[in-house]
Amino acid sequence: MAVKQYIDAIHDALYEEMQRDERVFVLGEDVGVRGGVFRATVGLYETFGEYRALDFPLTESAIVGVAIGAAAAGMIPVAEIQFADFILPAVNQIISEAAKIRYRSNNEWSSPIVIRAPYGGGIHGGLYHSQSVEALFTHVPGLKVVTPSTPYDAKGMLKASIRDPDPVLFFEHKKLYRLLKEEVPDEDYVVPLGKATIRMDGEDITVISYGYALHLVLEAAQLLSQEGISSHVLDLRTLRPLDNEAILTAAKKTGKVLIVHEDNKVHGIGAEVSALIAEQALFDLDAPIARLAGPEVPAMPFSSVLEREYQLSVDKVAQAMRSLAQF
Amino acid sequence: MGELSRHRVLGLSDQQVMDMYRFMVLARMVDERMWLLNRSGKTHFVISCQGQEGAQAGAGLALQPGLDFIFPYYRDLCLMLMLGHTAKTELLSAFGRAEEPNSGGRQMPGHYGDRKLRIFTGSSPVGTQIPHAVGAALAAKMRHESYVSFVSFGEGTSNQGDFHEAANFAGVRKLPVVFFCENNQYAISIPARKELACENVADRAVGYGFEGIAVDGTDPLAVYEAVKHAVDKARAGEGPTLVEAKAYRLVPHSSDDDDRTYRSREEVEAAKQRDSLIRMKNYLTETELWDNEKEESLRKDLLAEINEATTYAEQAANPDPASLSRYVYAEAGDQ
Repeated sequence: MAVKQYIDAIHDALYEEMQRDERVFVLGEDVGVRGGVFRATVGLYETFGEYRALDFPLTESAIVGVAIGAAAAGMIPVAEIQFADFILPAVNQIISEAAKIRYRSNNEWSSPIVIRAPYGGGIHGGLYHSQSVEALFTHVPGLKVVTPSTPYDAKGMLKASIRDPDPVLFFEHKKLYRLLKEEVPDEDYVVPLGKATIRMDGEDITVISYGYALHLVLEAAQLLSQEGISSHVLDLRTLRPLDNEAILTAAKKTGKVLIVHEDNKVHGIGAEVSALIAEQALFDLDAPIARLAGPEVPAMPFSSVLEREYQLSVDKVAQAMRSLAQF
Repeated sequence: MGELSRHRVLGLSDQQVMDMYRFMVLARMVDERMWLLNRSGKTHFVISCQGQEGAQAGAGLALQPGLDFIFPYYRDLCLMLMLGHTAKTELLSAFGRAEEPNSGGRQMPGHYGDRKLRIFTGSSPVGTQIPHAVGAALAAKMRHESYVSFVSFGEGTSNQGDFHEAANFAGVRKLPVVFFCENNQYAISIPARKELACENVADRAVGYGFEGIAVDGTDPLAVYEAVKHAVDKARAGEGPTLVEAKAYRLVPHSSDDDDRTYRSREEVEAAKQRDSLIRMKNYLTETELWDNEKEESLRKDLLAEINEATTYAEQAANPDPASLSRYVYAEAGDQ
């Protein structure tokens, strides 16, 4: 057991899966010699050679399309999209192709690929290095969408994604890369996809979140505990498929639900989670379902002032939690 | 024999060229049957290979079915028949029946796929299959396997980003892939002169660092020669080739199109005189491999085969409605 950052956990999962199975390889922009712009693939080129740590031209659609074709021929590709903002040229390959290959071939062919992409803001990345794009994909049957929030989960869920027989979009909040450290086992383990987890047990309000926002929620919950408010915090971890049972159980526990995410609110993850609770647990609720999310503007601006205005904060989250507790 | 022994010079036996012609006629007759079924209201959709049989037959003969990975597009009926599909499989597909091998009735006709034949499943957005072919070729190179990747598409698709992205990467890594452009002169209603500023689609290859070859797509032997060269080169580790077969789409884009709104009947009639079926029949006749009696006998046999396939397909079972939600994700035991 060693104390690791999130980025190291990602690196270790890649390294160990490539050691374990020679079909596994990474491809993307700057993933080879440079070891990735965030250093997630550092050393893979030296250990596994130029084809298994494959530097790719600036062609996101081909990165995903080539991954799909290599998978058809028996490989297990892990494609890196350098920033989630740049995944859009590959959407045709992801939604028209990867998501539908098993279905349209009546289960003859499949697309066991992983697409890793750093997402989220707060790093002065401006409009095009800050976006949360997960909701664009969670609407699509055939895809799995995961957003681990801790180093332990990042490693275990990346391994689970690589071993999964279907296409997985693996979104890594870039602000988490070096923000926190925790004990990560050296031995092999997986964290199953599709399972949410309780991050804090409480009685008064239920807060459902994922990614970087989850850590704001946990900090706010500590503050609120000093005010006598006890929070029950659920980390979704996987956004498609949602862990319906865990969501409903968590909602029923306190009867007051707040959903928090950095992505903007309209048609977002919170909309689906709240609809699920409204459909199946309405009579267990003691307050209207609340959502706290990013604003309805196209993306996060560069100016520090505007970026801060856009972003969630411990204060904003604490205020939303307090309001719900007082309802 | 001179000109008359072209197929022997190319290393093809008499039987091989006669088989090639048989597949071209079969494809044409299956295609015509599909239109008949559509116009009589029995099927919902046809997308045609008519005018491209010769190009596909030439290419098909240069491939190793079951070894090479194939990424076809929706006009490749003749190619599919050469690789192992039949009148029956494609008529089942026309009716969307459960046992059709391309998709179990999930996809429109012409959306081919068959895992046991290494034919990857295709879709309707054009060009998406080109990076897939390059990915399979990458896997061949990484594992030192002997298959090549073959991908076909129209000249309209050669404008898509996926073509250029995939061709560029294949060139950079010298991957064993054959890009086969079936230039039928139209992207639905848009003629090639309004789609392409270069004279040949094949000219685009030079920008990606590999060879481009333009051939007469109504001459199956010329297409065979070009594709065989490309396949041999890929198998020898010498990288990709773009082969452009110039042909003509003899019928509307699909059963939902009316080509009288954008091209003259005179133009279509002139193209019919250059039909690869006529050309191949003349070639076989001139080489004394063929005569009217053989032609009649072939067409009679194929008609019987197609009639039987049609009856079978019409009566075959539809997919179970309860199967709608299956295979979105792997089920227990699936890979």
